[in-house]
Amino acid sequence: MSEASAATGGQSELISLDAGELARRIHAREVSSVEVTRAHLERIEAVDGPGGVHAFLHVDAEGALAAAEAVDRAVAEGGPVSPLAGVPVAVKDNMTTTDMPTTCASAILDGWRPPYDATVVARLRAAGLIPLGKTNLDEFAMGSSTENSAFGTTRNPWDLARIPGGSGGGSSAAVAAGEAPLALGSDTGGSIRQPGAVTGTVGVKPTYGTVSRYGLVAFSSSLDQIGPCARSVLDAALLHEVIGGHDPRDQTSVDGPLPPVVEAALAGARGDLAGVRVGIVTQFSGEGYQPGVLAAFTDAVRVLGELGADVVEVSCPSFSYALPAYYLIAPSEASSNLARFDAMRYGLRVGDDGSQSTDEVMSQTREKGFGAEVKRRIMIGTHALSAGSYDALYGKALKARTLIVRDFTAAFETCDVLVSPTTPTTAFPIGERTDDPLAMYLADLCTIPSNLAGNAALSVPCGLAADDQLPVGMQIMAPALADDRAYRVAAAYETARASASDAGPRIPELRALEGSR
Amino acid sequence: MTAVSTPGVESAPYTVEEVCEQFDPVMGLEVHVELNTETKMFCGCANAFGAEPNTHVCPVCLGLPGSLPRLNGTAVESAIKIGLALNCQVRERSGFARKNYFYPDMPKNFQISQYEDPIVFDGYLDVPLDDGTTWRVEIERAHMEEDTGKSLHVGGATGRIHGADYSLLDYNRSGVPLIEIVTKPIIGAGVRAPEVARAYVTALRDVLRGLGVSDVRMDQGSMRCDANVSLMPKGATEFGTRTETKNVNSLRSVERAVRYEMGRHAGVLLSGGTIRQETRHFDEQSGTTSPGRPKETFADYRFFPEPDLPPLEPSRDWVETLRAALPERPWERRARIQTDWGLSDEELRDLVNADALDLVADTVDAGAPPEAARSWWVSYLSQQANAAGVALTGLAITPAQLARVIALVEEGTLTNKLARQVVDGVLAGEGEPDDVVTGRGLAVVSDESALAAAVDEALAAQPAVAEKIRAGKTKAAGAIVGAVMKATRGQADAARVQELVLERCQ
Repeated sequence: MSEASAATGGQSELISLDAGELARRIHAREVSSVEVTRAHLERIEAVDGPGGVHAFLHVDAEGALAAAEAVDRAVAEGGPVSPLAGVPVAVKDNMTTTDMPTTCASAILDGWRPPYDATVVARLRAAGLIPLGKTNLDEFAMGSSTENSAFGTTRNPWDLARIPGGSGGGSSAAVAAGEAPLALGSDTGGSIRQPGAVTGTVGVKPTYGTVSRYGLVAFSSSLDQIGPCARSVLDAALLHEVIGGHDPRDQTSVDGPLPPVVEAALAGARGDLAGVRVGIVTQFSGEGYQPGVLAAFTDAVRVLGELGADVVEVSCPSFSYALPAYYLIAPSEASSNLARFDAMRYGLRVGDDGSQSTDEVMSQTREKGFGAEVKRRIMIGTHALSAGSYDALYGKALKARTLIVRDFTAAFETCDVLVSPTTPTTAFPIGERTDDPLAMYLADLCTIPSNLAGNAALSVPCGLAADDQLPVGMQIMAPALADDRAYRVAAAYETARASASDAGPRIPELRALEGSR
Repeated sequence: MTAVSTPGVESAPYTVEEVCEQFDPVMGLEVHVELNTETKMFCGCANAFGAEPNTHVCPVCLGLPGSLPRLNGTAVESAIKIGLALNCQVRERSGFARKNYFYPDMPKNFQISQYEDPIVFDGYLDVPLDDGTTWRVEIERAHMEEDTGKSLHVGGATGRIHGADYSLLDYNRSGVPLIEIVTKPIIGAGVRAPEVARAYVTALRDVLRGLGVSDVRMDQGSMRCDANVSLMPKGATEFGTRTETKNVNSLRSVERAVRYEMGRHAGVLLSGGTIRQETRHFDEQSGTTSPGRPKETFADYRFFPEPDLPPLEPSRDWVETLRAALPERPWERRARIQTDWGLSDEELRDLVNADALDLVADTVDAGAPPEAARSWWVSYLSQQANAAGVALTGLAITPAQLARVIALVEEGTLTNKLARQVVDGVLAGEGEPDDVVTGRGLAVVSDESALAAAVDEALAAQPAVAEKIRAGKTKAAGAIVGAVMKATRGQADAARVQELVLERCQ
């Protein structure tokens, strides 16, 4: 690390720039990709270590710099480079990478090196983005705080004593802390949007099937969706276009054009929202919602109205079934998806001393290798699918899912987008909910319906809560394959907010951390 | 009653006839067929038997974290064809389900299968029996699923997992497409139950072979049969407890396994015992079965819809196209061929036994007269195959090539003797029949002037013989014909030479 940047906590100007701006400067040869990459690696070194953010589980400085050099050469040779070529990116550690371990933050996969790249990772590489490393998550993406990681909790850059959300706390925290301008997350019940909300960043869950899941270690296959994390709506759209689109390796992938998200983000930032019908989901307010969150959300809706949107209230009564339905469907699929971790072929193996049977080795490995939350969900899912319970539990959850889809369909007949707070509260203190799984599950109350229905949804920062000065997110939901609508509204709102007096810092000062160093 | 026993060979305590005096047998047959698609069910790995272990594997068939299945369209087509050939209905919308259980040869610890909505269902197969009658076996369903890998248990006495020192896993077979064909209960066969079982599996094998969808080699495991057998008291309607016998690896074993289990069940029941519902293992050597894993606890596979694969909705048009292209049933085809070609029962049986029926039929289809085609395959080519130690189908000559040779004989370009040399050339890899004719210079010399010159030359060389012929001793012409044949290296038509000699000596 250079002395200059060490003195400022690794805070080169480069780490605060948007990805789009970084790409522009790199392609104009105002700065090299190597310099940009190095600035971010230095930032990681400064803020991610012990007592720090701990967003990364693995950093590949050598690989990143080599990739950056390659982009710089291509730029120097004047060849065509893709729009984000040379920009660093962090990858959630549940997507396979050939050059870095893939652990899913689980002891059972500690040290596993996949022999293949996830489709999204291959697309990042092909587009010249620079993978910096793998980010922390709740084990197998099960959680809302990153506290379920086998390799330590990630801390919220806005307050290191608080959670960064989850499961993708690592990706969102890395972006919030300026360790990476962009990151990939995966969203099964809110794992991109909820961390985005509590870290003051943008997080997008694209329409199910529009970003390939090939190489995403499955948690709940019918709900999992990879998406972008960024500090601006346009940056998210730029990354979205890199990773999205049909993939023959994923048969649930939509064989059609990706919604024009970059165009929508640009149009939203320029224009107004005249004629856009915005529906406030009435179910997402009231008891359990932090006043500061509701106030910030209400103010955001007021801004949408000022931009010309027609704001109405809509009722989606079946959304009250979303949380229980989710906690049957997701664990059911997980119980099957996670069966493969059995010590036979890769990962952890316990009890292989020659005296024990295969079943005993499998059982001991899973006992030792999985954390409490993962085991809890495997047990719930195994029970929900068992012969005596299937109809009453899993079967009923599927019916609830159908009702939720119908509520969305009805709401989108009268509204172009739906809005809600992304999560009922701001970031809560680390440890506060670890002994109360139900309280933890409530963090995903507002985000889960879109996973069950498969539609598009994103979280855009809407300032700080007046009661605790922590970031609040507004969720914007759009119909399936109309991701561009959500981007347009989010970009318009973001632009309007940027000029507001309380816009606040883009990258929080890591006071606690900087003070301790 | 005491059963006669030979050391090492155990027989069931009751014969089938004795069993059926008191009981009615009920059978259910589950046949697994490996499809012969080029690639596996859900990935692009080669579907090939006998390769080095773990060489046809990839992240998908190894079930590596993050991998996803991608359905092989040819496997679906084969499944529909099988269903249509078994008179089944094709479901307009079916889907895959996960069957969850832990076993090391199954890398995801679930098997992608079909559960409540198999792609084809509700059919039947009219099975020819030895006495010329047919038995209708009703088909419950046929569904698609992926095969597991293979475990090799090393050490221990039995080669089975218990007691082994260690186990080796080969995932080449993992993800190979399988069709499981399940019959409805076969009731009322009585003493013929073992025969019906064998006849059904035989007929099924022939149908599948005719469709070309599987190698149907029971010895290689590309066709496997599980036989469920139960007994109920004569006249009862409620089925008895069944056992499921696995490892039945030949047609003969199907019959033997059913017969043995019938006798064993009767022995247990008549001595006041009860049959335990269990999986049993058939022993080819002794012809007996022994208990496998007990099914005391109900196995809960926790089936649920496979979220990684969309529903399967074969279009009507596609199904009807496949239906229109179905081949004849093998035994119907045989009957038709026998009539068309005017074969005796014996001739037909010889053809079937020599595995030559398809070859002859294909040769006929390529334009050859049935008699010539039959004669070539059962005599000269059978001899060549025997000499080379290969099956008739393994000879390096195609029906089309043979048909061309026969055509050359018919048009007079080749004599039968020359034709055999041409066939030898084709077998030796010298190319198409016409290439061999050219390459070896084998065409009959049909140039009359050249032939006449050769005759004149021979007559001039043997004036004494020529004189005899002119004196009316036509038998002497043989010597001249021989000389001409020698001079033309056998490529002249001897009959025509004879004529020429006689003409010249008039």
